[in-house]
Amino acid sequence: MCIAFPGEILSIEDGRFAVVDIGGVQREVCLDLLADPVSPGDYVISHAGYAIQVVDEAAAQESLALLQEILEHEAP
Amino acid sequence: MKHLEEYRDPELAGRLLKRIAATAALIDRPVTIMEVCGSHTQAIGRSGIRKLLPPAIRLISGPGCPVCVTAAADVDRALWLAGRQGAVFATFGDMLRVPGTGGENLQRLRAAGADVRVVASALDCVALAEAEQGREVVFMGIGFETTAPTVAAALRRARERKIANLSLFSVHKVVPPALRLLIDDPGVSIDGFLCPGHVSIMLGSAAYGFLPAAGKAAVITGFEPVDVLEGVLLLLEQLAEGRPAVEIQYRRAVRPEGNPRAMAVMGEVFAAGDAQWRGLGPIPASGLFLRREYEAFDAAKRFAIPEFAGQENPGCSCGVVLRGLIDPAECPLFRRVCTPANPIGPCMVSSEGSCAARYRYG
Ligand code: SF4
Repeated sequence: MCIAFPGEILSIEDGRFAVVDIGGVQREVCLDLLADPVSPGDYVISHAGYAIQVVDEAAAQESLALLQEILEHEAP
Repeated sequence: MKHLEEYRDPELAGRLLKRIAATAALIDRPVTIMEVCGSHTQAIGRSGIRKLLPPAIRLISGPGCPVCVTAAADVDRALWLAGRQGAVFATFGDMLRVPGTGGENLQRLRAAGADVRVVASALDCVALAEAEQGREVVFMGIGFETTAPTVAAALRRARERKIANLSLFSVHKVVPPALRLLIDDPGVSIDGFLCPGHVSIMLGSAAYGFLPAAGKAAVITGFEPVDVLEGVLLLLEQLAEGRPAVEIQYRRAVRPEGNPRAMAVMGEVFAAGDAQWRGLGPIPASGLFLRREYEAFDAAKRFAIPEFAGQENPGCSCGVVLRGLIDPAECPLFRRVCTPANPIGPCMVSSEGSCAARYRYG
């Protein structure tokens, strides 16, 4: 039930709603719950008609790189 | 799909599994990990992770499926609300087949002529109320911290638009009090928790501080196979090193401070109160109820809902399944009597329930 998906913001209407591409499907989501301003091209995680968080691109890359590094370093 | 595909890489998963085996060997005792969230249960079932982990690691499913923990009495109240003459009743699809006392459910009530609608968002209910002026629209709100802020925001919108024919029947619940209950239960022994990723987008990590304080490992984890495996690995490392903490594996989505704006909206509309959980009983301050300022939208105040004692099917073991005390397959009704087509308990109804996941994925 807490299922939520990342998707790219395609456009924003009146600052409160955005059209998001979630795996090729376009959906309209409300932006009222986001603390940070967003613009087209940003990725947001959406749940039950609302964007609930902006994907942190830097953290995403950093954590994948870190994981690769850890696995590489101490591989048996 | 960006931010998803990367976490489905089988090669990366294979290497993580090797590291998990090596780390489990360091711990040298059986380890029990609870995946709190129903979406984790489903993801773990689908990817077969449970069977790929070393035998010393037991993954058990927790109470994190909102449908599964809805008390029979609340389903009875919903059925009463939906059955009133002229009523429009809306809720999320998962709720339709959850049995109340005596096995009745919303789907059957709908087949018998009640106007029961399935919505994907509370915002749909605002639109529905506007379209059905002159009729009372009741929305049954169900879900944890992930969902409750969306419902709160929709109610704010309804108030803004002065919608008078919409009300909310809230069975929303919050997660931390249920985890507290589990770690205080001497019958339950859990070493670490895969904490729910999407609940934590809202909550942040500080809300779980009581877990390491009680010696439990905790990792806020995402939902793709690589996420889950990394979550398990981080838990094992905490246990191997004897340094329980709250770590965030799902860093692309979860910030330590959570989403303060969403939590503020939730707090403006809802206040915590005692709530009944199926299988766990009453838990103090674990339910979300409308504040006085939103009383006009409160179905519990608007309608004289009769008292329902609520009786769960005595043969159903959901109560012990939800506490991780037995595996779903140990329930005498599992697969023989209780199936997704004929669910006896809510753990078999929702695709996220532990019984349904075990039925589908073994
Ligand atoms: S298998 Fe069915 S009856 Fe048994 S615990 Fe699960 S839902 Fe309840």
